Amino acid sequence: MTHDPRLILLDPRDNVLVARVRLKAGETIETGAGPATLDRDIALAHKVARRAIAAGEKILKYGAPIGVATEAIAPAAHVHVHNMRSDYTPTYHLEDERKAGASA
Amino acid sequence: MSTMRGYLRSDGRKGIRNTVAVAYLVECAHHVAVEIALPWREEGVHAIGFPGCYPNPYAERMMEQLCTHPNVGAVLLVSLGCESFNKYALERAVRASGRPVKTIIIQGTGGTRASIREGRAWVEEQRKLLDAEETVPMAVSELVVGTVCGGSDGTSGITGNPAAGRAFDQLIAEGAACIFEETGELIGCEHIMAARAITSELGIELEKSVAKAARYYATLGYGSFAAGNAEGGLSTIEEKSMGAYAKSGASPISGLIKPGDVPPHGGLYLLDVVPDGEVRFGFPNINDNAEIAELIACGAHCVLFVTGRGSVVGSAISPVVKICANPETYRRMSEDMDVDAGRILEGRAGLDEVGTEIRDLVVSLGQGGRTKSEELGHQEFILTYKSFEPLGPACLPA
Repeated sequence: MTHDPRLILLDPRDNVLVARVRLKAGETIETGAGPATLDRDIALAHKVARRAIAAGEKILKYGAPIGVATEAIAPAAHVHVHNMRSDYTPTYHLEDERKAGASA
Repeated sequence: MSTMRGYLRSDGRKGIRNTVAVAYLVECAHHVAVEIALPWREEGVHAIGFPGCYPNPYAERMMEQLCTHPNVGAVLLVSLGCESFNKYALERAVRASGRPVKTIIIQGTGGTRASIREGRAWVEEQRKLLDAEETVPMAVSELVVGTVCGGSDGTSGITGNPAAGRAFDQLIAEGAACIFEETGELIGCEHIMAARAITSELGIELEKSVAKAARYYATLGYGSFAAGNAEGGLSTIEEKSMGAYAKSGASPISGLIKPGDVPPHGGLYLLDVVPDGEVRFGFPNINDNAEIAELIACGAHCVLFVTGRGSVVGSAISPVVKICANPETYRRMSEDMDVDAGRILEGRAGLDEVGTEIRDLVVSLGQGGRTKSEELGHQEFILTYKSFEPLGPACLPA
């Protein structure tokens, strides 16, 4: 099964897909692991899980490890700073207080 | 189509601009330098300088390399009078390069107004002489081009950075020297990068430079990663690194250089921007312009700047070509962007096509073309404290 054309697979080894366009909560996407409904908005160029990822498993993008899952991640779930971390230095990020949930 | 025009300098290098640099040698002389340059801000007079009062060999070398950069035609040094910067050595180096040079010492001239008056009179005279200078033909093989990314997001590594890499591959095939940098944004890529070195000894040096960066940033407690990178979809420094690495293209890596080292011939070079030794002066580069100034000090005639979130900066001395990776950002900020690489994400262009567009834009800068940031008057500049040891013998294989 192939993935949704709104998502990019950068390398066949990857366990994440990149959003080519903004996706809305409630939309159904196809990751290749079966259809799934998004539980949140996915902004341009953010990542979703291509398949189920176990806690402690490496996140692979461009065919290379870009960090490790800090919890179990379901297919089509947003993969970002809330459920993965760096193997090198912690990621510094700010929550935008002017907008709740929406992404720029 | 590929012949440019350049200003021939005494060391054989050629410049694509003929700028007067007004250089302050301590923050206390900054205002006077900026005021001197102000009437010509649209016409090729740029203020650069070093704010510190304590001596620093790195900063003195950076200033010398910038004041004798091929894009610079004349130099006015502005000293307060009591700072530690060796103004005598800098003036001597600029004079030895064949460029007109003058030093104004504010404490001797009689203060702010008198210094601005004297400085402007000299600049006016130099500007007239420089405007009358003839250019000579210049080939792509005589170019040095740098690349940097800033305000990166999840699109940078998919569109803008690989497109800049394709432009690098084309320029290198034509004989140009191309420089990529920020070893702190190559963390996680060191092994695949080392495999591209022209000798195994150089490969070891490349890996060591990234290991040094990882150690340096770990001590500081932050990676080379800003809050906006995460908002734009980048989750870790490794992810940002994989995207940043794509700027280097696919050519073999010919050498490892440090700030102020000019590539000895065409090819691809990694610029090691992280200081040697113990962590001493804080973050290696406190913002994008600190990196741009270092690329220019290595002789870069222009700098390719890939941005996803949307940077607006330019630079003193050398033009900055802004490549926008994110199609949404481009639509919001097109006045600041030279290249719309986000077309790749939307399937409206391919990487090779945008790579060729970038290469042609670089060449056009030597044919009278100007970048968006030049048109908008951007001439940011920053230089801070660092310390480096000399290059090891394996860094520049013959």
